Amino acid sequence: MDVGTLISNPVVAIREWLAQLLSNLGLAPQAADVILMILGILVIASVSLILPLFLIWFERRVVARMQDRIGPNRVGPQGLLQTIADAVKLLIKEDITPIGADKLVYNLAPILSVIAVISMWAVIPYAATMVGTTLNVGALYLVSVGSLGTLAIMMGGWSSNNKYALLGAFRTVAQLVSYEAPLLLSLLVPVILARSMDLNTIVRAQNVWFIVAAPIAALIFFVTSVAEVGRTPFDLLEAESEIVAGFHIEYTGMKFGMFFVAEFLHAFTVGALTAVLFLGGWRGPGAEQAPILGVGYFMLKAFAGYFVVILMRSALPRIRIDHMLDLNWKFLVPLALAVIVFTVLGDKVIGEAGITSPWARSGLLFLVNLVLAGLVYAVLSGAARRQRAEEAAGQAHDGQGALAEAAAHGEAGPHAAPAH
Amino acid sequence: MLNEWTFIGLFLLMGAIFPGVPILLQSLVLGPKKNNPVKNSPYECGIETVGDTWVQFKVQYYIFGLVFVVFDVETIFLFPFAVAFDQVRLFMVVEVVIFILILAGGLVYAWRKGALEWV
Amino acid sequence: MTAAQVIFLITAVLTLGAGVYVVAARNLVHAALALIAAFFGVAVLFVLLQAGFLAAVQVVLYIGAIAILIIFAIMLTRRVMEDTGPQTNRQWWLAGIIALVLFGAIVFSLRLVPALQGVTAAAQPIPTDTIEKLGFAFVDPNQYLLPFELASVLLLVALIGSIVISADRK
Repeated sequence: MDVGTLISNPVVAIREWLAQLLSNLGLAPQAADVILMILGILVIASVSLILPLFLIWFERRVVARMQDRIGPNRVGPQGLLQTIADAVKLLIKEDITPIGADKLVYNLAPILSVIAVISMWAVIPYAATMVGTTLNVGALYLVSVGSLGTLAIMMGGWSSNNKYALLGAFRTVAQLVSYEAPLLLSLLVPVILARSMDLNTIVRAQNVWFIVAAPIAALIFFVTSVAEVGRTPFDLLEAESEIVAGFHIEYTGMKFGMFFVAEFLHAFTVGALTAVLFLGGWRGPGAEQAPILGVGYFMLKAFAGYFVVILMRSALPRIRIDHMLDLNWKFLVPLALAVIVFTVLGDKVIGEAGITSPWARSGLLFLVNLVLAGLVYAVLSGAARRQRAEEAAGQAHDGQGALAEAAAHGEAGPHAAPAH
Repeated sequence: MLNEWTFIGLFLLMGAIFPGVPILLQSLVLGPKKNNPVKNSPYECGIETVGDTWVQFKVQYYIFGLVFVVFDVETIFLFPFAVAFDQVRLFMVVEVVIFILILAGGLVYAWRKGALEWV
Repeated sequence: MTAAQVIFLITAVLTLGAGVYVVAARNLVHAALALIAAFFGVAVLFVLLQAGFLAAVQVVLYIGAIAILIIFAIMLTRRVMEDTGPQTNRQWWLAGIIALVLFGAIVFSLRLVPALQGVTAAAQPIPTDTIEKLGFAFVDPNQYLLPFELASVLLLVALIGSIVISADRK
């Protein structure tokens, strides 16, 4: 193991050195495998639980700048230790369990919430040779652990023995369950383009980033993932002014801290997944030879996605629940179905026509997406025009007197002004 | 393949330990333990709770879940097709488009019947 | 005793235990949670059978959609939080004996089936492209195309039926 491999491909180098060490100690190869797996799990889980410390600081600073203030800058250099201070504060709080709460379910919910999020990091490829494990159903596995998170919220809300927690949990689960439909459908598009559900294969198939070949699917995936996390504008889950804190009213101290960490990590995972599925993951100049560069590219793209999530949070108001469900079932689901139909037909026709160059394929699929976007725009503007006509016709009858008066005022105004 | 899933299994098991340690640390070791009935009562903006702790459950929740199940199953059917996309011919793609259109018709029916309203 | 066999035994015991608890639990929501544990056990069993896709589908569909629907349906009833009393009657020991005898009879008759003689865990190598074969089989006119399209009609019927039933209540 020379220094060159150690720098450019550290994980594989260390792993091989450790495997040799363990086999020299006389362990059977299977046991050595399990030990290496446990070490890998420790690394991935620790990094993904320590990362939120930085993510929370990053978010608070960015949101603060967008609100024309500075954000935490006292504790440590530039306020970097603020989250550690908050974690310490949460650790020394009293653990209050409400009367009548179902003890087992109440304690299990935050743990399940965290498991649901960090398990996603087991299949994300960080570099060409660094991935937790390459499941052949990676994309579907991501959705399945996401649904465990939904379950955790339901459990947390129900077991708190509190009306508002239950109400918050119901609305949350209705939202999460609804938005899983277009999430699955838009997840299908990179799988179609890469012909595999394995995330590593999807990244390798992106000679041209999939966001060029499927921009509408990328948009749908991003928006529905943000809705799945429960971030503004979809944060009815914790609409503080409406139902206090939603399903985690009765949670204090570290249990609340775990829900909190899970939400921030999930928000970052949204950026990471968008990077892997649509922005080419760890691909970049030189990533094949020096996998450590791949990690850098991946982190850059993931943070770019996370930055957009923070932008959405600080700029957009909260969406009402019936608008949110309308948006999902009457816009996103039909749009996602249309994207799949167009992509499937387009890709097969392109394939049958014998066009194999990745840039040509992606360019033609981009044109297909443009056509679909044009159709959607035509349909929506037609519907809007019809609605405006109806409203004008409805107002013309009962607003006749008021309109005439307003017109008279308007005419009197410009006439009166020159007299002054 | 079993090797890869062993990783996932170990990950889920160990993933229970990572959040469990701070929680146990806080509740058993570090946090004060001064229970009194007022602190433990359910929270309702600082006043006493009124009524039982169940909520009238609207049937809209259930309908949304139902429509979601149908679309979930449909998407699951499409995943193996997506993986086998290289081998299928054009007329098979048309068959899958028919599959999708049948279910899109169901969505339109639900829309027109007002099942997707949240009232 | 290979590791796979140990894992299978543990998972089977946990799944069966969860299944029994679904029926025997006094609290309805506890029963639903035990059902979710049983679903998860079945997913692990799928993984042991090298069917990773089916395991993921099991979690996504059963735990992510159907279990949530069951919990919603439970919440629709009013007296959810009550303890409904003991779930067994006085002849439970007789029912247990009959169930064990029946189980023994099924195992005995299965051992007489010629196709199942001498089947061990690693008898045949599992091909690695099962998902592609499954996907191709769905759309191949010579294989399962008709059931595939009929499945979509069945889903459509389920959707329409549920909307018709629930619309009458409004």
